[in-house]
Amino acid sequence: MLNFIVAPNSFHLASLEVGHHLYWQIGNLRVHGQVFLVSWFVIGLLVIASLLATRNVQRVPRGIQNLMEYALEYVRELSRNQLGEKDYRPWVPFIGTLFLFIFVSNWSGALIPWKLIKLPEGELAAPTNDINTTVALALLVSLAYFYAGFSKKGLGYFAKYIQPTPILLPIAILEDFTKPLSLSFRLFGNILADELVVAVLVLLVPLFVPLPVMLLGLFTSAIQALVFATLAAAYIHEAIEGHGEEEHAP
Amino acid sequence: MDPIVQAASVFSAALAIGLASIGPGIGQGNAAGQAVEGIARQPEAEGKIRGTLLLTLAFMESLTIYGLVIALVLLFANPFAV
Repeated sequence: MLNFIVAPNSFHLASLEVGHHLYWQIGNLRVHGQVFLVSWFVIGLLVIASLLATRNVQRVPRGIQNLMEYALEYVRELSRNQLGEKDYRPWVPFIGTLFLFIFVSNWSGALIPWKLIKLPEGELAAPTNDINTTVALALLVSLAYFYAGFSKKGLGYFAKYIQPTPILLPIAILEDFTKPLSLSFRLFGNILADELVVAVLVLLVPLFVPLPVMLLGLFTSAIQALVFATLAAAYIHEAIEGHGEEEHAP
Repeated sequence: MDPIVQAASVFSAALAIGLASIGPGIGQGNAAGQAVEGIARQPEAEGKIRGTLLLTLAFMESLTIYGLVIALVLLFANPFAV
């Protein structure tokens, strides 16, 4: 349906393909191949950058080591702000991985001209513009905060569902479902919206005009990676911290 | 696909994104105004205020994005298209 939107222009750089995928059949599963390809690229990029940065560690960092140390400090600061001085250390790898993967995925989708590589069906783009990727990441966050709560408090974790008053139990349970839902939809919607807006503008005016929107897209992609990581840390913190510890004034 | 379903989908996609952008628009305006006020009152806190503002703007924007997701589902993955 709506074939008029899929209107490749003369440059073949701009066409909108939402809902077209490169399907791979693995056993009984039909997977979206283009997402895997770009994810592997992103993972490879991150692994290579990390290896290069740590291969020859200097006391005074230079070049890529400097960059990666900056990234590490950034995610450490982020998780310390959310999780607090006492508990943040074990969660830095998880939150840092989330942040870096999402950030590099978003920016690779925006900066690398994937459209030049022709696929039989579908097109290469940021892996985060597929709902499956973002749902997977959000469910990982869910697992992580349940694990954090259990490992800290054991079965006492469930006390938080009825802590202030049992009347709020349905809402507390509902929250466990809305958290991954909103996390995944926010990331997916933002990235897809960026790509759609850029693609529509390129369709209308192929030169120069889309550039400011592309810059805005870069900005929102970075902010979304930050938001995802911050929220993941905030959820984990919520599961770790004692619920009845702070006294509320009546 | 049924033309009625198609027309209704396009119409409701426009409604979804349009209505979903009203509330966050007001909210973002409020937040930005308050942030400017805060910076004017306390210019040395600008960095902190800006960081918080950007984060909250992203949260408010996500409400519009939910509407956008609904609009995209209606346009590109319509469950009622036969």
